[in-house]
Amino acid sequence: MQLNLALAQIATKLGDVQSNLEKHLDYISQAKAQKADLVVFPELSLTGYVLQDLVATVAHRPEDDDPVFGPLLKASQNLDVVVGFVDEDARHRFYISSAYLSGGKVLHIHHKVYLPTYALFDEGRFFSHGDSIRAFDTRFGRVGMLICEDFWHASPPYLLWMDGADLLLFSSASPGRGLNEHDKLESAWWVENVNQSYANLFTSYVAHSNRVGFEDGLVFWGGATIFDPKGERLAHGPYFEEALTMAPLDLNQIRRVRARLPLVRDERADLVHKELSRILSK
Amino acid sequence: MNIDLTINTDLARKILTGFIESEITRVGYTRAVINLSGGLDSAVSCALAAEAIGAENVLALRLPYKSSSPDSLEHAQLVIDQFKVRCETMEITDMVEPLFRHDPEMSKSRRGNIMARARMIVLYDRSEVFQGLPVGTSNKTEILLGYTTLWGDMAAAINPIGDLYKTQVRQLARALKIPQPILDKPPSADLWAGQTDEGELGFTYEEVDKLLYLLVDRRYMREDCLKAGFQESFADRVIERVRRSQFKRMLPPIAKLSNRTIGYDFLYLRDWGT
Repeated sequence: MQLNLALAQIATKLGDVQSNLEKHLDYISQAKAQKADLVVFPELSLTGYVLQDLVATVAHRPEDDDPVFGPLLKASQNLDVVVGFVDEDARHRFYISSAYLSGGKVLHIHHKVYLPTYALFDEGRFFSHGDSIRAFDTRFGRVGMLICEDFWHASPPYLLWMDGADLLLFSSASPGRGLNEHDKLESAWWVENVNQSYANLFTSYVAHSNRVGFEDGLVFWGGATIFDPKGERLAHGPYFEEALTMAPLDLNQIRRVRARLPLVRDERADLVHKELSRILSK
Repeated sequence: MNIDLTINTDLARKILTGFIESEITRVGYTRAVINLSGGLDSAVSCALAAEAIGAENVLALRLPYKSSSPDSLEHAQLVIDQFKVRCETMEITDMVEPLFRHDPEMSKSRRGNIMARARMIVLYDRSEVFQGLPVGTSNKTEILLGYTTLWGDMAAAINPIGDLYKTQVRQLARALKIPQPILDKPPSADLWAGQTDEGELGFTYEEVDKLLYLLVDRRYMREDCLKAGFQESFADRVIERVRRSQFKRMLPPIAKLSNRTIGYDFLYLRDWGT
């Protein structure tokens, strides 16, 4: 089975959801025209990243009658779509979120679990943290979604792997930082390294969709990547520029790699559970 | 200890021209205005702006005082000629002389501050006429040391080079092919005859950039810097300069009275809605 995966690394307008929605619909059409089956947008792709006091004004519910999600759900009848947005729950808590839309329905919502609140980041001041990490079934098999800082921690990708995800979809709004003598920013180097490592460690597909553009002095570096279950890079988007990066994913490759390297089979999750229980009970 | 401040100038150039283009156009402008002193920093800002938005959209202002070094004007002209930006020249002598005459005992630094602020007035006035945003020229070293005039040379709408130490600006300048005489001469604010930055500061950019890099970028403690080989008196002077000049790096604190106060809990980026 083949999945034509598209990663839409867009620049967004800060707090202008309507304008960002139009760009989403445009990229979804482009992806469809190029025969994509699934298009993944970056973290907070509908709102922009450094929202601060804009959080409450840009929140939307992923429902049919929502003026933003209505058109997106409709577009998802043609191809599957992952978008980044601010979700608000019934108790008016706000979450950095990714929604997987397919066939006009919301298949899954992930709330960002790890909110960086250090250095240039201040997410914990403005957002609630998610409290679940779950894989879910799609027409391409079982998928897991994480948002930026979630995959700077090793445990969320591991949990998704244990929950059956063979395709990990990561999204980011990663501010570029760490200019040195190399031709790649430190932040880009780090993220690409761990993405490749997760693909290797979990013998799974790992795709990363990261935004571009500026917000005040912050530059978002883009550089979308797709790694196959051997850790080989199938696609690499340009740095700093908007792009639709695509690759065909041969899903049978998962079987071939795992027949040779049975890390999934041999993983001792029960041992992890036992030892973690011991460690946490101290 | 080997402290390496080498930057990839291609990458810096890509990001900084993108920054200038984005932050000018998203607020509805297409043009930039720069006070071109004849020194390295403003030459680099000017070259980056020309590359980002087109030379015809960049206005370089040469604003000499009667005692300014003739080299400054000539070196600014080299930049204007090389990068083909627009140019206006206006002496600030008539603006500042009445204030100087008012107080003949005025110190050099007061006179320097007045000149820096007079240039700010012209920069903002010409920016209105040219319909361009003022692009800043302050580097990370001088901002951290507070070696600037508040509301003077610090004043700008955006600053592309404020996260580069002076020695890194020099690397970028070489990559941008800034004219050699500007690269070769000692850095100076040229506020009085014979002034040089390093003479006035009492240390070289080469030395202080390495110390600041450890303190600021690498989060070294004072003691770690001494172990890394920096002299105690030098480290203490620099640490104290950074602390005492914090007020220059922020807007004036507003006394909080209400439930929502500008600067504390009214938080939006400049790029709000764009």
